[in-house]
Formats: sequence, C-alpha cells, structure tokens
Amino acid sequence: MAVIRDVMPVFELYQPASIDDAIKLLDKHGTDAMVLAGGLDSMDWLKDRLKKPKAVVDLGQIKELKGIKELNSGLEIGAMTPLTEIVRHPVVRDKFSLLMEAAELVASPQIRNQGTIGGNVSQDTRCWYYRGGWTCYRAGGNICYADTPTSVNREHAIFDADRCVAVNPSDTAPALLALDASMVIRGPKGERVVAAEDYWIGPGIDITRMNVLAPNEILTSIRIPSTMAGAQFYFEKVRDRQVWDFPLVNVASAMVVSGDKIEKARLVVNAVAATPRRLKNVETAIIGKARNEETADMAGKMAVEGAQTLRHNAYKVPLMRNLVKRAIRGAGATWTS
Amino acid sequence: MDLLRWGRSPWGEWVLTHVSWSLFWASLFAGVLFFVAHASYMLFSAHRKRPSSETDALEAQYKNLPEKIERHGLAARLFHWIMAAAMFVLLFTAFLPIAGVKFPWVQWHWMAGIVLAASILFHIVHATFFLDFWSIWVGPRDIPELKAELLREFGHDVPGPKDGKYPLGNRLYHTAIVFAGLGASITGILMIPRIRTGLVTRNPYYLADATWGITYVVHGLAGVGLVGLVIAHVYFAIRPEKWWITKSMILGYITRRQYLEHHEPSRWPVDAKGSGAAKHADQA
Repeated sequence: MAVIRDVMPVFELYQPASIDDAIKLLDKHGTDAMVLAGGLDSMDWLKDRLKKPKAVVDLGQIKELKGIKELNSGLEIGAMTPLTEIVRHPVVRDKFSLLMEAAELVASPQIRNQGTIGGNVSQDTRCWYYRGGWTCYRAGGNICYADTPTSVNREHAIFDADRCVAVNPSDTAPALLALDASMVIRGPKGERVVAAEDYWIGPGIDITRMNVLAPNEILTSIRIPSTMAGAQFYFEKVRDRQVWDFPLVNVASAMVVSGDKIEKARLVVNAVAATPRRLKNVETAIIGKARNEETADMAGKMAVEGAQTLRHNAYKVPLMRNLVKRAIRGAGATWTS
Repeated sequence: MDLLRWGRSPWGEWVLTHVSWSLFWASLFAGVLFFVAHASYMLFSAHRKRPSSETDALEAQYKNLPEKIERHGLAARLFHWIMAAAMFVLLFTAFLPIAGVKFPWVQWHWMAGIVLAASILFHIVHATFFLDFWSIWVGPRDIPELKAELLREFGHDVPGPKDGKYPLGNRLYHTAIVFAGLGASITGILMIPRIRTGLVTRNPYYLADATWGITYVVHGLAGVGLVGLVIAHVYFAIRPEKWWITKSMILGYITRRQYLEHHEPSRWPVDAKGSGAAKHADQA
C-alpha cells in the first residue's frame, strides 16, 4: 500500500507561459512528463511516490487557459478555470445551471478554489488498489485487484467493465456531457475538437487511460453550445460524506419540456463505469412522454438494464435506478451556495 | 531495453507481468527483414529444381497415376483456413492496439482464441488418427535432404532425395508454429477465467501471481513470435514458385507433374486413385 511521505520525488518543474511552449515541453518529454493543473490529483500521485515523472509541466502560468467567454450563445471555458469561478459565473448560473450545480458539489470550497474544470474532467480514477501502487491492469500489470472474489469493491463499476472495474469520479463530466459540450485539445499537430461523448475512454479501448489525451496533448478549453441553454436541469450526487467526497453515483439531466411532454432530453450517470454513461436508450424512450411518475419509473428500470454487479456494489443498481427516476421527476433537493 | 516487465504484488514481491512490447516491433521487423532478404536472394540465386527431362522420365514411369493427386483432404483444408482466420483475428486484436489503433479488442481476442484452440484440438485428433502423423515432423532422417536442398540452393545439381509429402522448409515451419501456437493457446486458455466471458466463473486467483507472470510472458513471447512466423508463412504462400502448394490448400490436389517434379514418389507413395498411402515408404 502507498505510504504518504510528503516528500515528492525529484523532477524538473516547468512553468510555461504559453500553450505552445507547454506542448513543446510535453512533446519533448513524452511519457516522462506529468501535466499539473490544479494539482489536487497530481499531488497525491507525487507525494505517494507512485508516479515519478522526470518533468512536471505546470499549466498555472498560461493565461489563455483561464476564464469564461460567451461564444455563439454558448460558452467557452478555459481548462484552467477554477471550479469556484464557474459556480459564480452569471451566464453559467443563468443558462447552464446544471454545470453550476455539478461544480458546486465537487469536494470542498478550498478544493474548488484550487481545482480546475480541466483537471476535474481529466482526473484519474479513485480505485484504491490502483492508487495504492499495486501493479494492476491500469498500472500496466495483468490483474484487477478490485475484481476478485474477495475484493473490496463497493465504489466500483456496474457497467462496461473490461478487465478493470474502476469508475470515472468526476462530477462535472456528466453535466458537460448532458450539456452536449465539446473538448478542445491542442497537441503538436494542432487543435482538434472532440465531442464530450468521445473524450472519455473505457478500459476496453485503453486500460491505462481515462480519456483520449495523448501524452503530448493538453485540454485547452471546453465549449458548451446553446443547445440546452435554459433547459430544465437536474443534478444529484450521492456520496458517503456530504461534506467532501467523490460520488458513489451521480446523475445529470437536461430536458426541454413543452406542455407536459418531454421534447428533448440528455441523461448521464457517472461513477458507474470508467466513462460517464449517457443513457441514450432512456432518452429515446422518454421523448414525447409526459414528465410524470410513470415515465420516471420506466426510465429508472431501463437505465439499469445490463448492470453487472461485483461482490459489494449491488446497491448501486437501485441507487442509480432511483437517481434516474428523480432526474425525470425533477424532484429532490438542489444545493446551492 | 528491458525485454520483460515486472510489477509489485500486494505482498511486496516483484513478479513478472508481461514481455516488453518492443519485442513485437522486433518480431515485425525480423519478419519483414526476412521477407526482403529472401526475396532478394531468390531474385539473384541459382537455385536448382528437378530438370524437365527427369520429370518427363518419371511421368512415363508413373503414367498409371491420375492427373490430380490429393494433397489435403477437405477436413484438413477447413482446419487450415479456420485456424488461419482465427490467427489473423488474434494477431490483429492483440497488436493493433499496441501499434496505436485503439478499439475494444478483448472480446474478439478471446473468442478467436477459443476457435483457434478448438481447431488445434481437432487437428491433433485428425492428424493422429486419420492422417500420416509423422509426415510433417522433422528428425535425423532429414539430414541428407537438408544437405541436398542446401546444395541446390547454392546452384549445384544434386541427385539426392527430394521432398516427401511436405517440403523440409514446410516441416521446419510446422515445428516452430507448433511450439508458438501451443504456447499461445495453452496460456490463452489459462487466462480465460481472468476475464468476463460468461463461459466460466471468474477467478483470477487460481494461479499465484508469479505463475501468472510466467503465463503472460509465455503468451507474449509466443504471440510476438507468431507475428514473424505468420509474415514468413504468408510470404511463402504468395511466392510464385510456391503458389502450387497454396493452391493445393484451396483445391485439395496437385497435378501429377507437380507431384513428380517436387516430390520423391518413394517418400510419398500415391495409389492409382491419387490418394496418399497410409504410411510412407521411408517411415513404414
């Protein structure tokens, strides 16, 4: 198991002032480099001495990566924008309150002041076997210690496990997916824009990564289109400790309702698989239906079809079913500061 | 370059985890290098084959043989092509992700592995009880043939022994593929309970970490070895002077003239119906 030593391994610290310089550094150092955004995920790895990069590229000095701009009735959020700034931004609150609610439920106020949106969506999984320093599949080995008959796997996946059963722990990721966001990535070959749906990747595609970022690429911004601006939103996160914890399951939904009929819907659940899980079958099923108890009940049942539980995480099935029901009903408390 | 990768077990022991995937690139490079080297050699070498006059004389002697000589029965051909398809799926699903082409490969890989293992089992039974088992193996008795073949490759007219049913290169290749194929298949079957197949209850702990490490290393070594072997096999299958052998694996037969030109009738006796005898003269 990892022992926190509070003495990080030796590395070269680079603090580039532009995106181009950062990419040049990452391209030069390749897999020997680590990208540092808010540092809240990275510092754990460094202080536990589980990752020993030769170079750490701190993006904190790059001004272009910070701030929120209005763009074609939507928003472009710099990847290094702190979560607190997102929560307080008037347009986010006015048009995209789903993201505000999700960002506000991330960790604690101190962490939200330091943590960035780019870091939150790109963070590594919290599987403690993996973070404990054991050489599991995700760490380049040949076993998943969380998926054995005797594992402690209460927080692990109920969908899409492929050797590894780790889950994506982000709160903002499902909100962004529900808002139909796209991720702007820069690398040595230039810029590419990836739909949020394609940004996160499961272990079947690449068991050692959580997203499509190559070692020499950085997420520069997140674009939220106006598609779902002002829609009816719902975000709920269930966690062990209300004050500060990662989600056991969270749900984000964005719906356009006309009269009593659902016209448009995007539903996403996270912490049940290695990627945020968009419930396309549920979305299709509820379009044209009334937003009532009957539809919510049907949606909840559909949402959990195909779930495969581990020894200790069967509770996630009724939890997810009920969260989806609540998202359809729109009932339940929202917590704003 | 580290050829093997190590990891730390929960008990703090260093255990093997994989071969280094650099070996995949090495095997790919070796396969392509062999292809280029052999093709260049064949362009410029003075290799000899049986003269037409000698084949004519043999045709006169063996005129009772039918025009078509059966080389591979339907079951053997079906096995070969099913195994080939499974092998390609296995190699592409294993190594494309390493080469950077990312896709959910595990399900395709284990399913192709099951097909390969089943086809190998079938082949073992078929070859043992229904074919001439020893005709594909190499042994000390092949030394004179090896010597004659080498001399022919260097441009000498050598009257020594010609091939039995299978050319010497073919038999040497079969020996290599047996070791690599069985190594990959047996270790692959051992790995099935590690993943979610629905066929067996998952249990990744039925072997110790160190034993798993060896299993993965053998699987990896056999896999990267198969990359080079398959490149060589495909290369020979499409070479013009070997095409008659490849064609026989599709149609099942060779012509009487091909039989007499390339084979030693005493080592691969054929009856008047064009079928191979149960035992070869040199093995009976």
